[in-house]
Amino acid sequence: MIKQWKFPGGIALGDHKQTTEIRDTALPAELIYPLLQRSDCYATATVYPGERVLKGQVIATQKKPLTTPVHAASSGVIKEIAPHLIAHPSGLTDSCIVIETDGLDEALPANPCLDYHLETAENLRIKIAQAGIVGLGGAAFPTAEKLQALQPIHTLIINGAECEPYISCDASLIGSHAQQVVQGALIMQYILQAERCIIAIENNMPATLQALHEATSQESIQIVSVPAIYPTGGEKQLIKVLTGKKIPANSLPTDHGVVCQNVGTAFAVYQAIIQGIPLTERIITITGKGINHPGNLRVKIGTPIKYLIEQCGGYSQNIQRLIMGGPMMGIALSSDDIAVIKATNCLLGMTNNELAESQSAMPCIRCGDCSTVCPAELLPQQLYWYGRSGQLEQCQDYQLFDCIECGCCDIVCPSHIPLVQSFRSSKGELIIKEKQAAQAQLAKKRYQNQQQRREKEQQDKIAKAAKRQAAIDKIKAAAAKRKTQGV
Amino acid sequence: MQFSTSCSPFTPANTSVNQLMRQVLIALLPALGTMFWLFGYTVLLQLLLSSITALLAEALCLWLRKRPIKVHLFDLSALITAALLALAIPTIAPWWISVSGTLFAIIIAKQVYGGLGYNPFNPAMAGYVFLLISFPQQMTAWQSPFLFLPLSDSLQLIFSGHLVIDGLSSATILDHIKTQLSLGLSLTGIQSSALFGNIAGKGWELISLAYLLGGLWLLYRKVISSHIPVAVLSGLAIPTSIHYLLDTGSANSALFQLLSGASLCAAFFIATDPVSAATSNSGRLIYGILIGLLIYIIRTWGGYPDAIAFAVLLANLSAPAIDFYTHPKPLKQQL
Amino acid sequence: MLFLCVFFALLGLGLGYAARYLKVQGEPLVEQIDALLPQTQCGQCKYPGCRPYAQAIVDETAEINQCPPGGEETIAALANLLGVATQPLNAEFGETNAPAVAFIIEQDCIGCVKCIPPCPVDAILGASKQMHTVIASECTGCELCIAPCPVDCIIMRPLAPPPGQWQWTTHHD
Ligand code: SF4
Ligand code: SF4
Ligand code: SF4
Repeated sequence: MIKQWKFPGGIALGDHKQTTEIRDTALPAELIYPLLQRSDCYATATVYPGERVLKGQVIATQKKPLTTPVHAASSGVIKEIAPHLIAHPSGLTDSCIVIETDGLDEALPANPCLDYHLETAENLRIKIAQAGIVGLGGAAFPTAEKLQALQPIHTLIINGAECEPYISCDASLIGSHAQQVVQGALIMQYILQAERCIIAIENNMPATLQALHEATSQESIQIVSVPAIYPTGGEKQLIKVLTGKKIPANSLPTDHGVVCQNVGTAFAVYQAIIQGIPLTERIITITGKGINHPGNLRVKIGTPIKYLIEQCGGYSQNIQRLIMGGPMMGIALSSDDIAVIKATNCLLGMTNNELAESQSAMPCIRCGDCSTVCPAELLPQQLYWYGRSGQLEQCQDYQLFDCIECGCCDIVCPSHIPLVQSFRSSKGELIIKEKQAAQAQLAKKRYQNQQQRREKEQQDKIAKAAKRQAAIDKIKAAAAKRKTQGV
Repeated sequence: MQFSTSCSPFTPANTSVNQLMRQVLIALLPALGTMFWLFGYTVLLQLLLSSITALLAEALCLWLRKRPIKVHLFDLSALITAALLALAIPTIAPWWISVSGTLFAIIIAKQVYGGLGYNPFNPAMAGYVFLLISFPQQMTAWQSPFLFLPLSDSLQLIFSGHLVIDGLSSATILDHIKTQLSLGLSLTGIQSSALFGNIAGKGWELISLAYLLGGLWLLYRKVISSHIPVAVLSGLAIPTSIHYLLDTGSANSALFQLLSGASLCAAFFIATDPVSAATSNSGRLIYGILIGLLIYIIRTWGGYPDAIAFAVLLANLSAPAIDFYTHPKPLKQQL
Repeated sequence: MLFLCVFFALLGLGLGYAARYLKVQGEPLVEQIDALLPQTQCGQCKYPGCRPYAQAIVDETAEINQCPPGGEETIAALANLLGVATQPLNAEFGETNAPAVAFIIEQDCIGCVKCIPPCPVDAILGASKQMHTVIASECTGCELCIAPCPVDCIIMRPLAPPPGQWQWTTHHD
């Protein structure tokens, strides 16, 4: 048992988890892949409408090294590349690649590798990037990039602590594929040359713990169960709990010799390296009182949610919200005509009595409960106050951008103030302001350049004219001289 | 299928202002019960008067300020102000005392500043000080404990002011000590007076214990954090003990100080009003100690026998400054 | 006595000098004002660009409420900087529109190059008899190129952010 620390703040939430067997889903008629990968980072399609693609074929890539391509999850024909609703809080549409599947599920040949110890770390990283693996915990950060550390790494943490209520996809993945998860962890440990590797799960799931212990009997991996306090599963919080290190805002865990990867990611790494198949499937928890037959499903990335819900027996009558992600940090979707993406870990159908009734917010009574539970040690009431009165610089002074939007403050607030929403909009305002300032700066520079150029042109013109005049004068003078001489 | 959307988190909150306030009201019940037992119906009448006034005044202000009346009226904060005020004023004070005090508390001290959440001062204490300064006579004549007044007598007393009963009113113990000490008597002599109970004022010590009971319940229910009560009580007890050790002749023991007047009520119910207190934990400790110290200073050297209201208001005044100096934790993180 | 007088005189001189010195140190007021203007360079303020308008504000020949693209926000920032009261935008100079960029309907463009000189930021690409186009990321939305176009093929398109740039909002009161 290794020593554990406590992170500041946090709250105990009811877990609502059912770790179930993983069910397989049938092949949907259409697979949809948005080109928007992460915030403001787009991939470019490499296929054309009408083209036939195979399972595992790259259909979109990004240019930078170690960024991740998108793979087709089944064989079929590209139907179109067109705007389609995407899983985004804005509820906007954006370009998506739509594949009409042909039911054959024909795959590109796999490229297995039996002993990864024979490969260099660099090679493995490239393989992981090419397999399209991103953090499957929700952030979707390219895994290969995270595995490329500039500092020596001493600890690799495999995060199996799903702190949000309802989500159990990682637990069920461990339940059925513990061996592979451990293998994936070992591969990443080999790439990073980390001294130790810790797999962390929450202390309320004995069966999962048991499965892991069985899988790791002789490996150099430590299994740790951490207290189920939300948000233990947050990267920085988990690092604090396991190493006692506080990762300051504006620095990354790698700067402190720690790398944190999700359990699902470890499994994907195993598949990519050992089996040689890219990331085209993942486990998704579909749950909530709004769903008739909840469970953990193995889902092809790109499957429309509507189709998945049908596979789970449809909605129950009083469903109110469809949420992608957990009840604390997920996003509410405006429609189920949206496809799941790599980062989708949970689909949650919430009914009225599970849901925060939108009571009208009361004024802040300065009870300070919000700052007690804030895991980022912020002062939400001050942030709210300054954000509301438009004092955005003050918000920045109070470290608004350290807020991880975990929602702890929001749900303990007795005045029911939508704090997270307020913080998000303050952040948005600040980002937009910054963009505008940059734009204005650019315009100013171009304007000044133009003015300088025009001035120079003008001066050149004048100079030229003067020169010409001088020449003419000269000629005239010479002619006049000749005249006088001639006379 | 289409769905409506909203911003995360989606988990319902487990508290509400209304719930918190209800807990506070419940925690006041032991004190109310004890006072009823000691004084009779007078205290209930005062409570009724101030509650009705508070609700009407609050509703009127909300209406004038065009705020949703229903939501804000049922946050119950007005009722707490009313209850605290009703328990703080002498039970035999005429009806216009509690009515005017409540009106001042709700309208001037709370709504004028913007209502719940924006009032820099504790409304109940502001109302109390207003009464104490305007009507010192009515505000210092307390009903003698163990003189249970039935309903009819209480009504007559509060609404017409004519009721002749022997020993109806008596000075409170703090008052008594103050006057006697100024006459040059020794403390031991004073302590043999009939006003004394086991430790502090006869009967009054029971009320204090009832407040303590309610306060502990609030702590148990996590409605308040322990910082402010502990700080207030130690801010009062420590200097008193030192004083007592140095000068047994004229000083009171710490236990006496804690159990007399409204020390415990202040520590658990008044100083803990979050709106007008400091917010960070260290700030709360400073704020509480400040109140305790002020109570001690005013009781010992000030002109008023009990000092809760002044101490709390002065501390309210300094709360923003305390906050300012204890808050900038995130700023420091940056360095 | 004399000594004291001299001392204070020296002190006064020192202070005066320091004040002067420090003032030179700070950015000139024109620059500070210019930094708050939106740099659209549209000329709606009746000056040939943002910088001349800033100069005019310094010279007190212009009010602070003449810049429609900046709108209320810019006026508030200017008022704050100059320590004067804010005022509503003077409608004489135009009204604040939603941000937009110019777009050339390319099949209609006759390649007359008339739109190139007015553009304050050189955001229009094109040559004589060739199709022209607007570099959207450089366009400030000043609308100065609209009028010169003989075939009216330049339109303003509202700037709707793609999902990648979308931000949360809430109603501030
Ligand atoms: S949402 Fe932000 S401010 Fe609120 S508790 Fe979480 S990190 Fe702290
Ligand atoms: S929890 Fe809500 S009411 Fe309490 S201080 Fe924070 S924002 Fe204010
Ligand atoms: S109106 Fe505003 S944006 Fe346009 S030139 Fe004048 S200052 Fe610049």
